[in-house]
Amino acid sequence: MTTPLIEATALSKHFEVGGGGLFGLRKPATLKAVDEVSFTIKAGETLGLVGESGCGKSTLGRLLLRLIEPTSGRVAFDGNEITGIGRMEMRGFRRSMQIIFQDPYGALNPRMSVEDIIAEPLLIHGARMNAETRGKVAQMLEKVGLPARALDRFPHEFSGGQRQRIGIARALVLHPRLIVCDEAVSALDVSVQAQIVNLLQDLQREMGLTYLFIAHDLSVVRHISDRVAVMYLGKMVEVADKATIYAAPLHPYTQALIAAVPAQHPAQRSRGKRQRIVGDIPSALNPPSGCRFHTRCPHVMPVCRETAPPLRTTAPGHQVACHLIDP
Amino acid sequence: MNLLDVSGLTTAFMTGRGEVNAIEDVSFSLKEGEILGIVGESGSGKSVTALTIMDLLPKPPARVAAGEVTFNGERLTGLSDRQMQQVRGPGISMIFQEPMTSLNPVFSIGDQIMETIAAHERLSQADLRRRAITMLDKVGIPSASRRLDDYPHQMSGGQRQRVMIAMALACNPKLLIADEPTTALDVTIQAQILDLLMDLRDEFGMGVIIITHNMGVIAETADRVLVMYAGRVIEEAPVATIFDRPMHPYTRGLLECVPSLTEDKPRLVAIPGTLPEPARRPPGCRFGPRCAHALPSCAAAIPPLETLEPAHAAACFRAKELAPA
Ligand SMILES: Nc1ncnc2c1ncn2[C@@H]1O[C@H](COP(=O)(O)OP(=O)(O)O)[C@@H](O)[C@H]1O
Ligand SMILES: Nc1ncnc2c1ncn2[C@@H]1O[C@H](COP(=O)(O)OP(=O)(O)O)[C@@H](O)[C@H]1O
Ligand code: SF4
Ligand SMILES: [Mg+2]
Ligand SMILES: [Mg+2]
Repeated sequence: MTTPLIEATALSKHFEVGGGGLFGLRKPATLKAVDEVSFTIKAGETLGLVGESGCGKSTLGRLLLRLIEPTSGRVAFDGNEITGIGRMEMRGFRRSMQIIFQDPYGALNPRMSVEDIIAEPLLIHGARMNAETRGKVAQMLEKVGLPARALDRFPHEFSGGQRQRIGIARALVLHPRLIVCDEAVSALDVSVQAQIVNLLQDLQREMGLTYLFIAHDLSVVRHISDRVAVMYLGKMVEVADKATIYAAPLHPYTQALIAAVPAQHPAQRSRGKRQRIVGDIPSALNPPSGCRFHTRCPHVMPVCRETAPPLRTTAPGHQVACHLIDP
Repeated sequence: MNLLDVSGLTTAFMTGRGEVNAIEDVSFSLKEGEILGIVGESGSGKSVTALTIMDLLPKPPARVAAGEVTFNGERLTGLSDRQMQQVRGPGISMIFQEPMTSLNPVFSIGDQIMETIAAHERLSQADLRRRAITMLDKVGIPSASRRLDDYPHQMSGGQRQRVMIAMALACNPKLLIADEPTTALDVTIQAQILDLLMDLRDEFGMGVIIITHNMGVIAETADRVLVMYAGRVIEEAPVATIFDRPMHPYTRGLLECVPSLTEDKPRLVAIPGTLPEPARRPPGCRFGPRCAHALPSCAAAIPPLETLEPAHAAACFRAKELAPA
């Protein structure tokens, strides 16, 4: 078997929070944003990552790139352990791993020209602002579909979709191998979202990129992903190839998520027909015992309240964490 | 008689670059108990339409430059602030995308619901409390009588939206305008809130305008649909017709560019370009520069919203010619 491009093993991130809160009444506590998550992504593949807000998607993305340090667990990039290695050694990996955010405006320095914004990663990695660098920037700009006259303009002169193109050019200028797309198309209107999704797919083919594609829109994730991972309250609850996970999801949470997606035609209205999960997402600070989904699960059994189900392989490439499922 | 008639509504804003029309010549009507969906991308004029109907825009910079709104037989355009206040609540009420901006963080949710009711009805404190509990119960807040004293920050986003709905319905309005009511919510919570709105419509029979950028929300809820683009209504039809036989190239584009939850598409059909700001709208058909079917003549005049078959209107010079036989 070939080495995956990225491999996470029992990765956890706990935040110490509290001591503050309204009126300083909250007790200090540990928030398990990501809890013992393991998965791999093959080179050239797109892994979609879905789950409701606060389930730990962004934290997991940042852990992969070591933008934040894990509480425990390991990350290997192309077979090399990157957890715990020194700054200089990490620099070599850093240029191979980039991130694209939801809000391109917040991520782009408003006082820098587009040329400087795209060139910055090159400069950080030792290049000079010379003809070669300018050439790479111009080439990248063209790749993301922006006109050359954009170079000396500033971010506020662009629409949301064009700013996202600038963010993509900046992320790709070092020719990285892994890109974490953290809600990269979530804030865009659908017509522009389609343009950016197409661009990301074209660039993936051209540059051999590997994506972790984080989004809450299940249709977009289905379109762009090869495999999909589902998280709930810091835990990975199901992973499978996209055909399987959308057509035959096994975990009750995955089933509920898919059932909650609005119909694509009025003839398929879901009200009164599809099972709804009731209640809100519990607080990550005080997650339910046992299976974290048990408070909302329509199939909950006594064991679910006691024991956390491990992520088990049920078929090649299909993993589920649920007591209902016998491997 | 229609519950709501909007005709030729044009709202302008004074900006640094002079006056621009945020919405232009918007006309539609709504019957009692009907759910009208208004769909369009951000900046298309959905919120300005709703806020003009509610008379909630600050004037200046806003100005109703033309048109009028008739609600329940009464002409709202030109009413005084005081008269308009009597319409808001028992007549028309509105909920917004982010309930936190409309809830007051320093008052309990019970106080806020009770105050809303008290502004329009003379009731004893005990009766107000009872009504508030009934409303919270109706919108699915568990153990309503205990939650009455909670503050907005103690609730989740979904529960806050339920509270907003309770407040909006507390005076039994004939029309509810919901502006992106589920856009800030997770998908499982969105499904719950849409179910709730439909249940409440069935129970109270009020007319509803649901504003959204999401065609899925339209498919789930609307009876009739208005598609807006760059400040104008570009298509109007019953919901099934919009999905089965869209006539305007923009509506078709909107439906095609979203990926499917069940089918593989090798590539998404994107609409090139972006929606123009009001000050930079092209001459003639606003969609022209992005339209695959545009002819030079499309830039010569603004295509009127024309009824092409019963209950179905589109604003495209080529709609008839391009319609599938
Ligand atoms: N720096 C931080 N300090 C404390 N808690 C955090 C921090 N970053 C994230 N969290 C918490 O971790 C959980 C997961 O957050 P996040 O990864 O942003 O979720 P998602 O991206 O899925 O919405 C949330 O409960 C969030 O409040
Ligand atoms: N206070 C304002 N001043 C100037 N222009 C405004 C103001 N509010 C809205 N607009 C403009 O009106 C247009 C329609 O906005 P809006 O109704 O909010 O769109 P939507 O709700 O469809 O996203 C936009 O182009 C917006 O820039
Ligand atoms: S383990 Fe139990 S509670 Fe958890 S999802 Fe499976 S059936 Fe539901
Ligand atoms: Mg996130
Ligand atoms: Mg709006």
